[in-house]
Amino acid sequence: MNWHAVNAIYGFEMSRWGRTLLTSVLSPVLSTSLYFIVFGAAIGSRIAEVDGVTYGAFIVPGLLMLLLLTESISNASFGIYLPRFTGTIFETLSAPLSPIEIMLGFVGAAATKSIILGIIVLITSSLFVPMHVAHPAMMVTFLVLTSVTFSLFGFIIGIWADGFEKLQIIPLLIITPLTFLGGTFYSISMLPPLFQKISLINPVVYLISGFRWSFYDIADVSVWISLALTLALLAGCSALVWWIFKTGYRIKA
Amino acid sequence: MSSKQDRNRAGAIISIARLRKVYAPGFEALKGVDLDIKRGEIFALLGPNGAGKTTLINIICGIVNASSGKVTVDGFDHATDYRPVRAMIGLVPQELATDLFETVWATTTFSRGLFGKPPNPAHIEKVLRELSLWDKKDAKIRTLSGGMKRRVLIAKALSHEPKILFLDEPTAGVDVELRKDMWQIVRGLRDSGVTIILTTHYIEEAEEMADRIGVITKGELIVVEEKAELMRKMGKKQLILQLASKLDAVPPALAAHNLQLSADGLSLTFTFDTQAERTGITSLLTDLRTEGITFRDLSTKENSLEDIFVDLVRHAA
Ligand SMILES: Nc1ncnc2c1ncn2[C@@H]1O[C@H](COP(=O)(O)OP(=O)(O)O)[C@@H](O)[C@H]1O
Ligand SMILES: [Mg+2]
Repeated sequence: MNWHAVNAIYGFEMSRWGRTLLTSVLSPVLSTSLYFIVFGAAIGSRIAEVDGVTYGAFIVPGLLMLLLLTESISNASFGIYLPRFTGTIFETLSAPLSPIEIMLGFVGAAATKSIILGIIVLITSSLFVPMHVAHPAMMVTFLVLTSVTFSLFGFIIGIWADGFEKLQIIPLLIITPLTFLGGTFYSISMLPPLFQKISLINPVVYLISGFRWSFYDIADVSVWISLALTLALLAGCSALVWWIFKTGYRIKA
Repeated sequence: MSSKQDRNRAGAIISIARLRKVYAPGFEALKGVDLDIKRGEIFALLGPNGAGKTTLINIICGIVNASSGKVTVDGFDHATDYRPVRAMIGLVPQELATDLFETVWATTTFSRGLFGKPPNPAHIEKVLRELSLWDKKDAKIRTLSGGMKRRVLIAKALSHEPKILFLDEPTAGVDVELRKDMWQIVRGLRDSGVTIILTTHYIEEAEEMADRIGVITKGELIVVEEKAELMRKMGKKQLILQLASKLDAVPPALAAHNLQLSADGLSLTFTFDTQAERTGITSLLTDLRTEGITFRDLSTKENSLEDIFVDLVRHAA
């Protein structure tokens, strides 16, 4: 393993984030807080408890998941797209690096940022609503696995994209709608039976359900199915990244 | 030394065999290039724009995938044993691609790490000082001029102490001062045992710097030769005679010699091939005496590499 190189890429990506720390941290914290004010405080006061949890607390895992997905994807996709755009990728390609090392550097940094943001927003949330974490180990597992998986996914988008607008398309048109329809603000069981069935093809439902289970012990689907799906997504994205580096897809002429 | 290295052809640090590159739309940028780079030499790859110089370098460095062929670097296959190969290569690319928001120090240190070397601030300092970048070490690259950015790219390539250095069009858009600095550094590196491959379409550059020259055009390497040998082989010489008295025209008796009379009628130029068995000088001088033409002075001029190059490319076309 070329650890010096992994460390160099990781450090470079983290310092790029550090330069814009204020906006990188402030904007997700602010938008999450706004969700709490709008959905938690205003609407939540008219909604009774969901499965024995106050509405404000109920939406925390979903909001966190939304944050993890969007931040992981945008950080990782931008991280690899930028050097492709400026041409500095030549250096990474000419360095004695295996695909795994490049991946560890870029994806590791993106996932780290998501995890840090997740923890900050978790702490912020606890200021608004009474919260508890029933299964801390599983909570951390989901937090880390989701961050890593969607950083990998973002990495793939950053290699696939050939313009800045394409970087935005998938998060905007797919991830955000799936997250909103995936039970961030409601339990699937509140939906009519047909929509419950339809919801089950949305993978984000499983992510949110598992994550919510680790907080409140309530879930729409079995936590093991959630975990298995997360691991399957992780394996799928890893395989795709491996193939990209093996063939040089879009990064080598 | 590993057995792999023992098997290495004596003297050659890079061996390129039948290397082809077909870009996506079906354009053949390299048409089966064979080339050996000798250990410790300065090799100039000379060719017009679009000849395939960058493509060749980028394949060796792992930036472009070859379509077929084989590259061996210090005994290692560049595709399967890419780690040792890339660790010993430094590349200064043609394009000025830099991380604009990084400082000179950070980006140079980053390069060293990327190439798997432990931190060594003393070495980075030495490289930056040699390139007159030391007082800019904390400057953001975005604030530097084009020439300075080029220096930063050289510093990045030297940060990991490469055994082989590729310089792709290193003096394109560079001021005289940097050019001088650069050649001094290149000679210094060569003296310390580094093999240097540079590409250029400036003939003077190849002429000034290289030990050997390869001429590439349209994806084909049309000649590889010691610089002096190339000049000798391909060189034509001109014999210039300063006449004692003005001539109005070349006398018909001398027509066979293809002489050129200068506009002022005071000098005659005779072009001859140094390779030819008989240069024709003796018979020219005899004929001149017969015609009663006397001269005050004579001199010879060698063809420049430029003329040779134009000749070669014309022949290949
Ligand atoms: N990524 C690419 N896709 C398609 N054609 C390319 C690509 N890169 C270079 N070429 C073509 O290959 C030829 C050789 O280019 P290059 O190696 O850059 O030449 P040089 O460095 O000698 O100027 C040119 O005709 C160029 O247009
Ligand atoms: Mg070029």
